[in-house]
Amino acid sequence: MTEIKDRIAAASGPDEPSGPPALGLVGWLRWTWRQLTSMKTALVLLFLLALGAVPGSLVPQTPIDPIKVSDFLTAHPKLGPLYDKLGLFDVYKSAWFSAIYLLLFISLIGCVVPRLSVYVKGLRARPPKPPRNLNRLPGYQRFEISEAGDVLEVATRELRKRRFRVQVYDGAVGAERGYLREAGNLLFHFSLILALVGVAWGSLFGYRGSVLVVVGNGFSNSVAQYDDFTPGRAFSGDDDLPPFSLTVKDFEVKFQEDGPQKGAAREFKAQLDYQQTPDAPEKSYQLEVNHPLKLDGSSVYLLGHGYAPRVTVRDGQGNVAFSGPAPFLPQDSNFSSFGVIKAPDARPMTLGFEGFFLPTAYIGPNGPVSVFPDDLNPELVMTGYYGRPQPETGKPESVYQLDKSKLTQFQKDGDKWRFQLAQGQSAQLPDKAGSITFDGYSRWVKLQISHTPGTGLALAGISLAILGLMGSLFVHPRRTWVRVREEDGRTVVEVAGLDRGPERGLGDEIQAITKSLKPASSSTEEQS
Amino acid sequence: MSPETYAQVSNLLIPTATVIYALAMVSHAMEWALGRAAVAKTAALKDEVLVASDGAAVSGGVGDVPDAPAVEEPASSERLDAASRIGLLLTWLGFVLHLGGVVTRGLAAGRVPWGNMYEFSITASLAVAIVYLIFVQRYKLQYLGLGVTFVIAAVLGLAALALYTPAGPLVPALHSYWLVIHVSAAAISGGAFTVGGLVSVLYLVKARAERRVLAGGTMSASLRRLPSAEAMDGTAYKVLAFAFPLWTFGVLVAGPIWAEHAWGRYWGWDPKEVWSLVTWVVYAAYLHARATAGWRGRRAATIAIVGWFVFIFNFVGVNLLVSGLHSYAGV
Repeated sequence: MTEIKDRIAAASGPDEPSGPPALGLVGWLRWTWRQLTSMKTALVLLFLLALGAVPGSLVPQTPIDPIKVSDFLTAHPKLGPLYDKLGLFDVYKSAWFSAIYLLLFISLIGCVVPRLSVYVKGLRARPPKPPRNLNRLPGYQRFEISEAGDVLEVATRELRKRRFRVQVYDGAVGAERGYLREAGNLLFHFSLILALVGVAWGSLFGYRGSVLVVVGNGFSNSVAQYDDFTPGRAFSGDDDLPPFSLTVKDFEVKFQEDGPQKGAAREFKAQLDYQQTPDAPEKSYQLEVNHPLKLDGSSVYLLGHGYAPRVTVRDGQGNVAFSGPAPFLPQDSNFSSFGVIKAPDARPMTLGFEGFFLPTAYIGPNGPVSVFPDDLNPELVMTGYYGRPQPETGKPESVYQLDKSKLTQFQKDGDKWRFQLAQGQSAQLPDKAGSITFDGYSRWVKLQISHTPGTGLALAGISLAILGLMGSLFVHPRRTWVRVREEDGRTVVEVAGLDRGPERGLGDEIQAITKSLKPASSSTEEQS
Repeated sequence: MSPETYAQVSNLLIPTATVIYALAMVSHAMEWALGRAAVAKTAALKDEVLVASDGAAVSGGVGDVPDAPAVEEPASSERLDAASRIGLLLTWLGFVLHLGGVVTRGLAAGRVPWGNMYEFSITASLAVAIVYLIFVQRYKLQYLGLGVTFVIAAVLGLAALALYTPAGPLVPALHSYWLVIHVSAAAISGGAFTVGGLVSVLYLVKARAERRVLAGGTMSASLRRLPSAEAMDGTAYKVLAFAFPLWTFGVLVAGPIWAEHAWGRYWGWDPKEVWSLVTWVVYAAYLHARATAGWRGRRAATIAIVGWFVFIFNFVGVNLLVSGLHSYAGV
């Protein structure tokens, strides 16, 4: 049964690309183009895309986790540089990965654009005449009647009722339906292109930045205020940033307090006041994970949180050299947070401190650790450094690291000096160098602000692609013919169909059509 | 009932269901064993195959009963049918317990029961059971019994022994209705990928047996009970054609929308995203190869099986071996 279908498909299918032609640049180019847009190439490129995507999930990726990449480079001194050369630390922006998907999309365009014109022509074409030997088609039925009568009109009505497009020929009816399959197919492919355009648009004109804001402080949207900012290639600068500003009024977090999932976060909420423009009225918003704040096409997300101990440092002369919150970065799931406090203006010696803020401190066998992420027993465990005052260099410095190259660690009783403070406590520095007071602590939130234009286009593209896909998978294109002819003085009615879809077969449709044509008493010979 | 009681009931039902599925598997294994023993001693089958393949002349290999075609002993056939029926009956029983276990798990946690890897395992395997039981009559899928019960029993057993996490609330990133949409789409299409993969495996077995018969060999009764290779090829296509748009929706629409809400970007090449895309591309290639290059049969079945393995790796391997944002494993 399928053999006929296969033969027909093979006859009408695209020619197999043959070997390269012997002469001519044009001929050679045409041959290359034909190769590129052939179905087999598309298949090979699809498999290559799947294969090419894999290393990015197994090798650490710079855009996702730069620290892991540098760890990998240290751990594999030989393999690392090789990987780097192959672009394996940034697979999805590497030349070879881009080459695969660009070739795939060129191949796709080269394939579907010609098919579109074929389809448009096909739409106007009438259902074809029956082939000479209907009896070779699947589901072939025949029966005799005494006289042709109106059997073709009945067939036309029946086929129209079954939503076939019908063409009446001399002594025969040709009918076809399922035109939407190819329409769906084309819609699927063109929508994929649309979705890709949306994605490219977003990565060209969008931006993404993140900033850490201590509760009580504010942020206004300009490039200089970000801790970390990644513009798209076509992003032009501050003019492209909507001029909003916001203040983090409050932050609330809840953790699981018992059971095996103890310490897992259950809820974060940040209370924001924001102004869309400097002159706009102030509004409030409760920012949560899964509930970003949308402002002028930009979105504000709550990505993380942590603690910022508030500390006052007095120098050897009794002056306040530092006062305020210093954000510490969480190092583990119990929020043991590492950070530094810098007092470069302290005199006679500049002062610096580094160490841990422990929200729920516990003195274990390996020293103090935090055993719960919430602030049940907050303590500061740090050590201090001193150095000669240095001239301002203007070089940017990390606020999370202490440059110890020109600093000396305080010693006490021949050992490194450490101190542990509960809230409100103070420690005197050795050698009357000053004091440090743990006044309290605030929380900070990490906000991401990003704008990704083209998202709507990408979403529309992929949604239309699904719609097209469903058309191309579930619409069943098929032809049916009914013919009346004289055979040895008898009138014979023949009915046959041709399944033009991939698998489905015609079921009992031909039988049902035949039945509707038959006069009440008539014999049928079945052949198939 | 209190959440604790529900949790206890669920913890009782899931292992029980596992055992029942395992018994169903034993019953289906018996069915295959009985069928293997009863090798066709008759040319009747061969005729059947030969007619279907245009009647190429083949001389009988073992058909040394020239005139009276020996029909297989009816007793053996009856036992075979009984084993198949008992297997299906046990699968239904296992399914009812399994369903109860999943529902009580959801009641215990006060949310949809697919918030961590244990829960996703019990729910996704339930999806396999649902897909199988819905279509078993209509498409005569009894022959999948052994494979389906094996997969479900294995997944449930693994979940109960290695992945168990007590019922509890979720991390904030999962507080979203997209959890319902995204994960259920992934689970249902995953169930269909599994069925499609199993059918494709059996297709390869049956196609090989048919070729052997054409070359004059024999076919065991259990393979004869399978539909023709061509029919199985069509069934695999139907199941995968159903799964693919759903998977597209689950991982390329619902997933990105949720990722945009929760993580501030709709696509970030997280390992789970990468492998979902790889799965998508493999099945796209399957449909493409079928529709345009005319790949059927063995080559198409091979892609379908590769796709199924990629899906399983995405579900198991990515959760356990690679760290990423989809670390809901809780193990």
